[in-house]
Amino acid sequence: MFRKILIANRGEIAVRVIRACREMGIASVAVYSDVDRAALHVRKADEAYPIGAPAATESYLNVEKILAVAGQSGADAVHPGYGFLSENAKFARACADAGVKFIGPTPASMEMMGSKTRARQQMEKAGVPFVPGSVRALTSLVEARSVAAGIGYPVMLKAAAGGGGKGMRLVHHAEELKSALEAAQSEAQRSFGDPEVYLEKAILNPRHIEIQVVADEHGNTVYLGERECSIQRRHQKVLEESPSPIVDPEMRQKMGEVAVRVAKAAGYTNAGTVEFLVDQNRNFYFLEMNTRLQVEHPVTELVTGLDLVHLQIKIAAGGQLPFAQQDIQLRGHAIECRIYAEDPDNNYFPSPGKITLLLAPSGPGIRRDSGMYEGWTVPLDYDPLLAKLIAYGEDRPQAISRLVRALSEYFVGGIKTNISLFQRILNDKNFRAGKLDTGYLDRLLESEAARETGGYPNIAALAAGLFAQLDPDSTWDGEELVPLNGASLARESGASGWKRAARGEALR
Amino acid sequence: MTYDVVVGGKKYRLKLQRQAHNSEVRAGDAGNNENQWRCWLDGRELHVDAVLARPNVLSLLIEGKAYEVKRERIGADLHLWVGSHRYSAELRDPRSYRSRREAASLEGGPRKLTAPMPGKVVRVLVGEKESVNLGQGVVVVEAMKMQNEIKSPKKGIVQKLAVSEGSAVNAGDVLAIVE
Repeated sequence: MFRKILIANRGEIAVRVIRACREMGIASVAVYSDVDRAALHVRKADEAYPIGAPAATESYLNVEKILAVAGQSGADAVHPGYGFLSENAKFARACADAGVKFIGPTPASMEMMGSKTRARQQMEKAGVPFVPGSVRALTSLVEARSVAAGIGYPVMLKAAAGGGGKGMRLVHHAEELKSALEAAQSEAQRSFGDPEVYLEKAILNPRHIEIQVVADEHGNTVYLGERECSIQRRHQKVLEESPSPIVDPEMRQKMGEVAVRVAKAAGYTNAGTVEFLVDQNRNFYFLEMNTRLQVEHPVTELVTGLDLVHLQIKIAAGGQLPFAQQDIQLRGHAIECRIYAEDPDNNYFPSPGKITLLLAPSGPGIRRDSGMYEGWTVPLDYDPLLAKLIAYGEDRPQAISRLVRALSEYFVGGIKTNISLFQRILNDKNFRAGKLDTGYLDRLLESEAARETGGYPNIAALAAGLFAQLDPDSTWDGEELVPLNGASLARESGASGWKRAARGEALR
Repeated sequence: MTYDVVVGGKKYRLKLQRQAHNSEVRAGDAGNNENQWRCWLDGRELHVDAVLARPNVLSLLIEGKAYEVKRERIGADLHLWVGSHRYSAELRDPRSYRSRREAASLEGGPRKLTAPMPGKVVRVLVGEKESVNLGQGVVVVEAMKMQNEIKSPKKGIVQKLAVSEGSAVNAGDVLAIVE
């Protein structure tokens, strides 16, 4: 087993991995950029070393500096977390060259899965179902026209090196193909430095469902159920759950067996995720494989009872999977909310800044993986993910009610967060009915929010005065008493009398 | 103590008086007189049991009902949260000179534009001495790779621009003054 692991990441995932190290009796080494000296992962680790300027290219993406720290600190393994260097085959290779074990798959499997066209060629040989379309990058408009005519419109253009929705174009008619192809190619060039695009049949209102796999270095590969990840905004997942409301044991087995075939065809080891698009008739199509631990791994941990980071470390140290496929039983239901520093009243614009007050939920069925603390300033240089709140219940309705309860206990003051968005999703009738697809969240946000009724303006008015008496520090603030920036941030809650509010409360 | 409070745009007159130590303890009260307040909200009397649970968190018991109120300040804005309801609030002592001056300035006078978050000024959309309309963008601030237009709170003239393109700003920093 490893003696010391360097965590090449920051935020909640670095804290998550440090905790696993502590539980396994392995020393942990954090690295941090100049703006992250006070970050939680630095406080939690056994050792911590600076690696440079705030820009990720100077610090968390800087292979030489990170490996220099690994060498100096005597770390014998590196955990890359997610994002940053986690899917960078060159980094994995550099780790191997430096004699440090990379906790993840081999550089060769990462490279194969990193190119969507190459992955597709390999996977088609293994009999993996694909959305009909071109296997190779399109070389000309003529070729694009003939492929599109063959599979039928609507079609989707996608960047071969892509991800995150960049270089993607939906094309409804043949007349739109030329301009869409040019736009997708130039966007792919700008975003990924590679203009290669390919073309697929567009699946309308698809679900995004993924299968977790784990593979040891002795040829054993097992799937650990699915995650429903259809609730997305700007192609970023917002809320995930396991199991999916539409996947039954038969479908799970079919998808799981395909996912295992994908992993085996890539010679995959360690933890990985096979993503599928699922159409309205529950047909599923391979999308891509993520060669890392996912943000949403906790929902799988809760329903399988396994610790994926412990498993990753044991596999990387040469251990065998301690279970076979038939030992894996899903039990209960888990849902995760990604708490972002974003302003719901301003189109979910990022909202970095100092956390002046933090009240965190706990209680039955609640897990919180957080990278923030009260008094910490969220830097503006990185992804705005602050924490993940995960609820577990014996079934989906109980998991939902626990999550709603826990969200009502969660308070992050001083910065804006998307906590209110989750209350809206979790109380939505389509969500409760499990009617989800990747367009769900955009439709929900376009629809009128339910009018707030009742409210407690009188209580707030009383509290304003009582705060001034009991905790006078920051109620008064010299010159800054006038509200600024035009638009009032106040919720319209009507001028209901105090008695009416109290009566409303009694009726709840 | 008397305050003028504005919550969600509505103005209240609030009078607070801590209960005297020897006052009558009502049935059901836990008995700690320190926490007992007589409050008059727009003249209506209420008995409130108030405990500061920790800085910025008040636990209130009002006729047996429990409320938790959180306080936060973002830049120049004071927010009070009752449950998941957020209210913007202002508080002033009606006797102070500043309050009277600022109450007057609510109607006219200069208004400040402040940065709602830390970031970098990427564009200045109007120049000094130029006129702006209510809601017109004045400055664009970028944070976490997203751009946010800061709008004028009133129709008037840009009296002063406190920043230029490329300036780094913190939440609450004054960007411009419109009169």
